Amino acid sequence: MTADSLTTPLTPVLRQQVLVLYLLNSALDSYVVGWSQYDGTGRTSPTTGDSAEPPYETGLDALKDGWRLIQAAQLVPPHPGHEYDVSFLKHEFFFEKILQVRTDR
Amino acid sequence: MDNERNLLDSVRMARFVAHGSLRLDAVVPADMNDEALSVLADGVPPVRYGTPLSKAYAPDSFTARLLAVPQVTGALHSLVGPEPLVDHHAVHVREPHGGDAQALHADAIIDVRPDAFDVQLMYYPQTVTLEMGGTLSVPGSHLRRINESDTGRYQNLRGQDRLVCPAGTVVFVHHGIWHGGRRNDSDTTRYMFKIRFNPTVRQQRLWDTSDLHDPRVRSELDVVFPWYEQATGRLERYNRTLLWRALTGDPDFDLDHWVTRVSNRPQEATA
Repeated sequence: MTADSLTTPLTPVLRQQVLVLYLLNSALDSYVVGWSQYDGTGRTSPTTGDSAEPPYETGLDALKDGWRLIQAAQLVPPHPGHEYDVSFLKHEFFFEKILQVRTDR
Repeated sequence: MDNERNLLDSVRMARFVAHGSLRLDAVVPADMNDEALSVLADGVPPVRYGTPLSKAYAPDSFTARLLAVPQVTGALHSLVGPEPLVDHHAVHVREPHGGDAQALHADAIIDVRPDAFDVQLMYYPQTVTLEMGGTLSVPGSHLRRINESDTGRYQNLRGQDRLVCPAGTVVFVHHGIWHGGRRNDSDTTRYMFKIRFNPTVRQQRLWDTSDLHDPRVRSELDVVFPWYEQATGRLERYNRTLLWRALTGDPDFDLDHWVTRVSNRPQEATA
């Protein structure tokens, strides 16, 4: 053990996990209709079609479990002439968790 | 179903219009399924884009015999009519424990034709288990206006269909359906043979329409899928109604007044 190792503070190495929830309407406490996950820790590898049941019943349930909301889809009025078009899912909410994966000196 | 020609009936056609797919379980005989494994492993020679079906495959070829299975012939006729063009075909192979799941996508490019559609035949010669990573598809996604893999961000949607099927199953899908090959987590190589067909006739009343007014037609068309947002789910039924009007030639058909209500502009009549 060196003198440096005794005096240099430990640095936590942090990684981000991302959860995307698609909800029944624009309210955060509405029902989950779709979900995706990305794991910056590398511990899991979520992918397309890997689960039949969502991780939470509502967006609010994700907050209660410690996920932090970092982005919510804007409410955009339909483009004139395209009011009846259907396309991407509208009510998209991004959440994050920050996890410590190790400690470096 | 038309017994002689194996045409779809209106209830099944309505189900296709709502779901964007039609599944025919175990319609291909076992001996052909066995043969298919070697045929598909060797590859199927390509055909030129837009080759008329009758000229695309030699009469004794495996593909010609697959398309001659009565339920397959009847469904294809019901959906796209006689003598469609073969757009292209492809053998899809998912190696055991190999590769990643495909991003959710619709094939080709964005395609918003309101009164015509292509179909893709997907043939599964083996029993497909959940582990084998059968095709993922999203019922009722075919009318969404998206371009190819721009939907790749969506990993899972409520009510998605992770195909598990017996050997010899054929699925027909509308060109717009969101789908993707799932990761094969099994020890078995999985094969799927796909053929895309383009219609050459107006796709109107090509099926057995003797049951057109069966109440089940309406209930099939009115289905709501679990992944639909509440508001957009109503627009899905609006758009489905327009497609059913095009396919039946009935300009007054409606579900719960969705189209009629917002089309009502009585400018000609004065009070």
